Amino acid sequence: MNLQINQDQINETYELKLTGEVDAYTAPKLKEVMLPLTETKGNIVIVDLSGIEYMDSTGLGIFVGALKSSKANSSSLKLRGMTERVKRIFEITGLTEVMDIESGVKGEAL
Amino acid sequence: MRTASDYIEMKVPAKPDYVGVVRLTISGLANRMGFAFDEIEDIKIAVSEAVTNVVNHAYTDTDEDKGQVRIGCNIYDDRMEITVVDQGKSFDVESISKNLGPVDGKSVDQLHEGGLGLFLIDTLMDKVEISSEAGVVVMMTKYLHRDEVEEHVDRISPAPSQ
Repeated sequence: MNLQINQDQINETYELKLTGEVDAYTAPKLKEVMLPLTETKGNIVIVDLSGIEYMDSTGLGIFVGALKSSKANSSSLKLRGMTERVKRIFEITGLTEVMDIESGVKGEAL
Repeated sequence: MRTASDYIEMKVPAKPDYVGVVRLTISGLANRMGFAFDEIEDIKIAVSEAVTNVVNHAYTDTDEDKGQVRIGCNIYDDRMEITVVDQGKSFDVESISKNLGPVDGKSVDQLHEGGLGLFLIDTLMDKVEISSEAGVVVMMTKYLHRDEVEEHVDRISPAPSQ
């Protein structure tokens, strides 16, 4: 029951690779790492979700917050590597329509 | 509908730290009952949402120490019934229900960072009842669909072993 965040940076492109669970307990940690990256103009923040085993609405809320921040600060936020489970809750809540989600990478097609 | 059931109850502090523990316990019970992998994942999310709501809203900072969440789980032959109860301040269910729904057609500015929890519970469970007379009670039911899914279908997805 934990969340691990690995961060890589090349120039203005930041890649966050998440492994574990995003819930009420771990979400503050994700927010703390992700939100500041979206606050710099021109930054490209790529979040790899292929290692996420569990996510609920608290996690969705963090991504909504980061998306708003990226729009306000002219940075960009991309999500990739969603497993079918994670994709499902983005779809149910309608967030697939507003988020930049890289398709073609399916977490469960290993 | 059979009435005989087993009943399991937990009481945990209303803190984020314990949401995962509740989720894993309920997941274990659902697994034992023979729910399919995807159904178990749905139940895990729904229970976490209900408990997270209590953690976030039910208690004010001043009575943080005594805040507790009670999770009751009735196990029937054909269904699992989970009740999440707090004794914190109740909220106006009607006004909240009106705002439930996916983000269809909303612009990014109109999105809220919260508020998707109850919508998810409603979508993922078969039956949901909420009462808010003294504190909030969320009761949710998931039915076993034995005819449609075999109990031990071999799935590609890894077992939920946390």
